[in-house]
Amino acid sequence: MTSASFGGEASAPLSVSQRAPLFDWLFVVAVIGMAMAYVRAIFFTPIEALQGAAQKIYYLHVPAALSAYISLGVVALTSIVYLWLGDERADRLAESAGEVGLLFLTAVLTTGPLWGKPIWGTWWTWDARLTLTLFLWFLTAGYLVLRGAVEDRAMRARYSAVLGILAALLIPFIHLSVYLFNTLHPMPIVLKPEKPSMPTEMLVTFLGFFAACTVLCIALIRARYRYGVERDALRELESAGGEGY
Amino acid sequence: MRPGLLASALVVARKDLAIEFRTRTAFLAVLMFAILGVAIFYFAWDVTAVAAIDLAPGVLWVIFTFSGLLSLQRSFGVELADRAMDALLLSPIDREAIFLGKALANLIFVSGIQLLTIPSVGLLYNLPLGHALPILFAIALLAAVGLVAVGTLFSAMAANTRLAELLLPMLSLPFFVPVVYGAAQATSTLLAARPMAEAWPFLKLLIAFDLVFLTACTLAFPYTLEE
Repeated sequence: MTSASFGGEASAPLSVSQRAPLFDWLFVVAVIGMAMAYVRAIFFTPIEALQGAAQKIYYLHVPAALSAYISLGVVALTSIVYLWLGDERADRLAESAGEVGLLFLTAVLTTGPLWGKPIWGTWWTWDARLTLTLFLWFLTAGYLVLRGAVEDRAMRARYSAVLGILAALLIPFIHLSVYLFNTLHPMPIVLKPEKPSMPTEMLVTFLGFFAACTVLCIALIRARYRYGVERDALRELESAGGEGY
Repeated sequence: MRPGLLASALVVARKDLAIEFRTRTAFLAVLMFAILGVAIFYFAWDVTAVAAIDLAPGVLWVIFTFSGLLSLQRSFGVELADRAMDALLLSPIDREAIFLGKALANLIFVSGIQLLTIPSVGLLYNLPLGHALPILFAIALLAAVGLVAVGTLFSAMAANTRLAELLLPMLSLPFFVPVVYGAAQATSTLLAARPMAEAWPFLKLLIAFDLVFLTACTLAFPYTLEE
């Protein structure tokens, strides 16, 4: 759904008419959607009987995790596409999705302990899913640090694509490690209960939050991508101007 | 694989090892670091509360991880001086062969460190290694292949960045998690004299990691060089 808006060719400096409009309608839709989802979750959804108000974190926590997975999936795919085709739009999309992925992972790792303290009785535990998310955060942060540490644009694109692909290969191994670890040393915690049926009111809230969060994720990647296009265009104008003087 | 890939990899490995053998500075420095680390760890916990045999696997693998990073650092660091890397790239050998040669030299380097550090841990921590020693070396070799494959690739990348020696650990350590985990668990099974069948899932993890990342890093390496 976003491919049409990624059409701007970055290699040629953009003229004023080609520039992305200042009003980002998708972002506005996402913010309004998130606001509505929050209002519904806080004021118009019943409080869960066993967990109390803390359960409401679920509505933000799970959609944020899914948005993080979407973003990191985009990083892995665009990394492969970049090494294959060498298209710099793929690299810029990977950069945008990496930053947005880190944002959502941070949201997951913040809301998780907030829920865990009252429900599990601890901020953190080395449970398989928590450990995996933490390492995803480290990998994504490392990916962005690498991007910031390479000056040359083509080299940065190749390096980060290589890291993106290797990280995608690593995730099954970390997953396997933490599950082996978990089965050998069972933790005295109750994993998040898989409810066979959620009351309709809660389900609607969750799905609404999920939709709003996904739109926000796409809107953020799109906005970050547009910023990347303009930044690169500006750099090219500057370097062209530098040669002229 | 094209013919001559392994032969040219051996040439590259021999070149790196010859440089190392003639100076011997890096090997001795890393060995000192490893043994110092083992000694310092001994003072970091209450020896009356926790038995040395329970901590040895963890100590061993944390030390190997960090001494491995130290040794990988210089793998492409030595090629920066006088732009020696350009000469290496001009030579009529495949880029995959450069990677495999560098990785082989690093593997020999890291294995040499392990070969000397493991007995010294046994000695200093008073562990009854004895018959366990050959299997422990085999576990160490399996783990070293994985560490070196990933580390050599990231060393090539980090050498060209602004952060260089800071970036290598940041990129490598998440990748070392399955290796350190598998090796440390297999080591503790071995040292506790439990049946080795219990360690089999961890050894399988190490073997799978080695195969996947040796292949992936060899294929990815040409992309990290200047075109």
